[in-house]
Amino acid sequence: MPAVLEARDLVKHYPRVRAVDGISFEVQEGTCFGLLGPNGAGKSTTIEMLEGLLKPTSGQVLFRAAPLGGHYRERVGIQFQNTALQEHLTTRENLRFFSALYPKRRPLDELVGLCRLEEFLDRDTSKLSGGQRQRLLLAIALVNEPEVLFLDEPTTGLDPQARRNFWDLVQGVKAQGKTIVLTTHYMEEAYLLCDEIAIVDHGKIIARGSPAALLAEHFDDSVLELPLAEASKLNDGVVYKQKGDVVEIHTPDINGAIARLLAVGASLAQLRIRQRTLEDLFLELTGRDLRT
Amino acid sequence: MSNPFLDSWRRLRAATWARSLEFIRDKSAVGWNLIFPVLLVLGLAYVFSGPGQPMFKVGVLAPAGVALDAKLHPFLATPQVQFYREEPGEVSLHKVQLQRIDMLVDFTQGSGRYWVNEQSPKGKLLEQLLRGAGGETLQRQATSGEQVRYVDWVTPGVLGMNMMFGCLFGIGYVIVRYRKNGYLKRLNATPLRAFEFLLAQLLSRLLLIVVVNAFVFMACRLLLHLRMEGSYWNLLLLTTLAVFSMIAMGLVVSARISSEELAGGILNVIATPMMVVCGVFFSIDGAPRILQIVAQLLPLTHLINGARAIMLDGAGLQQIAPNLLALAAMSVIYLVLGAALFKWRQN
Repeated sequence: MPAVLEARDLVKHYPRVRAVDGISFEVQEGTCFGLLGPNGAGKSTTIEMLEGLLKPTSGQVLFRAAPLGGHYRERVGIQFQNTALQEHLTTRENLRFFSALYPKRRPLDELVGLCRLEEFLDRDTSKLSGGQRQRLLLAIALVNEPEVLFLDEPTTGLDPQARRNFWDLVQGVKAQGKTIVLTTHYMEEAYLLCDEIAIVDHGKIIARGSPAALLAEHFDDSVLELPLAEASKLNDGVVYKQKGDVVEIHTPDINGAIARLLAVGASLAQLRIRQRTLEDLFLELTGRDLRT
Repeated sequence: MSNPFLDSWRRLRAATWARSLEFIRDKSAVGWNLIFPVLLVLGLAYVFSGPGQPMFKVGVLAPAGVALDAKLHPFLATPQVQFYREEPGEVSLHKVQLQRIDMLVDFTQGSGRYWVNEQSPKGKLLEQLLRGAGGETLQRQATSGEQVRYVDWVTPGVLGMNMMFGCLFGIGYVIVRYRKNGYLKRLNATPLRAFEFLLAQLLSRLLLIVVVNAFVFMACRLLLHLRMEGSYWNLLLLTTLAVFSMIAMGLVVSARISSEELAGGILNVIATPMMVVCGVFFSIDGAPRILQIVAQLLPLTHLINGARAIMLDGAGLQQIAPNLLALAAMSVIYLVLGAALFKWRQN
């Protein structure tokens, strides 16, 4: 199947910065594609070139196998990381205003239901909470029934509860068959929402694939987390990493590791076992933490 | 299939509606826009309720290249009198009739002649000074006309100035704020075009300023018994066109700036000289030629001159046509320039 969106060797240079340095990928119809990386990696610059808002220094963006045309903006929906809205307008009025800018419009009742705006429909937008605001911005990005929905760090700055609510909404949108391009520096968000991700660092893609496939490709072990005092009792050459007062033991054989810990008399009261995450993968690939 | 013209009209209407709603609900801004002009007018009524300007003003018609000094006639050395070179024609005589100047002296024909207004006490006094100055006797020409009070003359200037501030700052700050907080970037992601956005800002502001100032004008008319010789419709047409061009001027200033401080500075640099050059508080008839040329390039001059012509002289469309044409040309130039320079986002 031909890709809905294709980035071909995108490059964006600023006078002193190479923000994006040769990025290529394809986004398939009905999938969610995630650009994952730390702040300053070039995710937002890349997505803005895909949105048609930023001209690449070189390279090309193709939408349905053709260069971006004059009507591209009518066919895509965009949610920015931070967007101010006009003051003194209610949620409903903002929706009506943005809706009027497009030739193709989704019924507002549907949007209100989809993005759960009922409770603050007639409230001044300056009085909305962070989560409510992001829900409204998502609804605005959907007013024109877009063929592709761009979400640029949509949950940055939200509290965990609001973030989870937002993920539910995006999953609802995804279930309707929308193609989504998402940037995030939350690995959990990328893991949960994306069918395919590209990990970006210093303007380049350093790994690409489905989150599960990428993890399977790079890791065959799991992680045991223990307080330093307990883990240090084990001294038989297991691979481990110290993170403050906690030690991570990386092992493909969880049962064996636990048996050995019990044998040396370590207390397992604070033991935590977890699978490898995209955050581990980023650390593995770059030697740096995703959130630094 | 969608119609591009209808699509554009729908976007323009939506953006105008949204901006107007935002403004009307901003109680402090509405309050200020209504209260300030009223205070201004009341202040004026108080300040100018006394006698008019103390100085004598005499227009002089003289051959080109001849200096206006005692060599031409000893009268021109009289202290406390401002002599300035006047252009020949009906207009100069009309100024005597309206008592905007106290005397007109003509040295271009024969032994010279002068005009005074029979109803002007200052004219009579100047006549005494002229006789006492010696020199060649000038031929007396009498004219007449009711004096235009200073408040009649200055109110169009003050209201014009108030509109100018409303236009420049009202539009300039809003657009700079939109750019700074990323709202313009969001709009740029929609099919809304720069021209439509700017026109929407312009129309919503235009409507507001014209309506508010129409009320203020009527209040002045009642409170100060302002002279109004001409047509209200002509005044409305002139005002609308002038406000359009001054808002468009604000659009040019705010086309790229993302800092409110810088915008404020630039707007002040434009607005303050306009107050002086465009004849808000005093006539620039006697001002240096270069200043008069500069004044002709500014929309406020055409608003004030046109409004004074309508209100004081009862000028019709034909007489204010040059002002209307100048304002229309400036509107087009500023709007095209503003749209061409416009940037949605910060650098």
